[in-house]
Amino acid sequence: MGLELAISNLAKTYNGVPILRDCSFAFAPGRTYVLQGPNGSGKSTLFRLLALLEPPDGGRVRYFANGRELAGDLELRRRITLVLPQTGIFNTTVFKNVAYGLKIRGVKPAQIRATVDEVLEAVGLARKIFHRARELSSGETKRLGIARAMAINPEVFFLDEPTANIDPANAEIIESIILHMKQEQQATILMITHDPAQAERVGDDLLFMKDGGLTGT
Amino acid sequence: MSSIVNGFVRAFGLIFSFDAELWRIIFLSIQVSGTALVLATVLGLPLGAWLALRRVPLKGLWISLLNTGMGLPPVAAGLFLYLFFSRSGPLGFMELLYTPGAMIIAQCLLAFPIVASLSQAAIAHVDPVIAQAALTLGATPLQESLAVIKEGRYAILAGVMAGLGRVMAEVGAIIIVGGNIAGYTRVMTTTIALETDKGNFELAIALGIILLTLSLAITLALRFFQRLGQAGSTANLWA
Repeated sequence: MGLELAISNLAKTYNGVPILRDCSFAFAPGRTYVLQGPNGSGKSTLFRLLALLEPPDGGRVRYFANGRELAGDLELRRRITLVLPQTGIFNTTVFKNVAYGLKIRGVKPAQIRATVDEVLEAVGLARKIFHRARELSSGETKRLGIARAMAINPEVFFLDEPTANIDPANAEIIESIILHMKQEQQATILMITHDPAQAERVGDDLLFMKDGGLTGT
Repeated sequence: MSSIVNGFVRAFGLIFSFDAELWRIIFLSIQVSGTALVLATVLGLPLGAWLALRRVPLKGLWISLLNTGMGLPPVAAGLFLYLFFSRSGPLGFMELLYTPGAMIIAQCLLAFPIVASLSQAAIAHVDPVIAQAALTLGATPLQESLAVIKEGRYAILAGVMAGLGRVMAEVGAIIIVGGNIAGYTRVMTTTIALETDKGNFELAIALGIILLTLSLAITLALRFFQRLGQAGSTANLWA
């Protein structure tokens, strides 16, 4: 089951320009939230703060498991993950990209191999396991980014525009992967998309951002 | 013209007859330059990574100093080390002058700024999204830094190869601190200088050919690593 997440009065400013203003919300465990809003409204900044990649200037981000608040930056970061819009694929093989999160957790090689095989099968990249990751198409690269995140079996998934700038066929595959994760892994999922139809298909709850403020439906 | 042709003919004869003196000189050259390069990499890579990845006071000044060090004249480096290692110098008690040890230190001094500076540039140019990706997958700060360094590995290797090129071709510093003693501190470049002075061109040409071959190998390796970094692939690397 996914983690519960609560943000209160979250604020962030870059170079004197407020990007997030007074954002508060409670995200229930195991639900899928889709965040929409115009470019520059603060969606990706909110995700970076929620994924603990940078601290807020004001307010708090808190995670809970079974009603108990979780502490510890590294321990907590290892239970959540953010799939970045640019993906950040490492210049090595597909296998090593997916294995990275497991390797840094000290997982044994046999188990790494089994997990990598399983997630690559799930995202349709099993045949490309030993290909160089930088040779993949943009759609395959997005799928690899998701596979890399799935391998560490996170309890909270942040997906920042997972289907942006790719062809409809790959977008459909990624959407089905997300729906599968939602049903099978029961993780808490937060996703940014500009496609209202996709938001309706994937999300349990829809959220909107405008001028740094967050509103729910 | 015929003396040059004769020189080449005899030089090839020396190379293919596996002349003991010639190969002793080659092995010592590789030993001295290889050790110097390993030391320069062990010291230079962490410094370059530290400057690239951390907030360091006066960072611009340190990088400028390293860049200046890349152009350090070998004879000047040799002169300073000579003064330090000479009997009356502050490190004279170490009795390193005219030993392969002094030559290794001299070459390390020349390669270190190249390795450090090019490593710094290589790591600083890695896309910041790589560090973020490592963090999103649960990396500790050290694991995050290692992921970034690993991403810049081909450019770092190119820097190390550039350092090797510098020390293999260098003569000014090692002839001052090594003394060019036959069978002990005589390496390829110092032998070429000496034998040319003596008018004994066969050995000089033979070593020149070997040095050129090594330079070509270093250049090809450099090109290989640079293209590997750009392409992220082993395909069409020699195109």
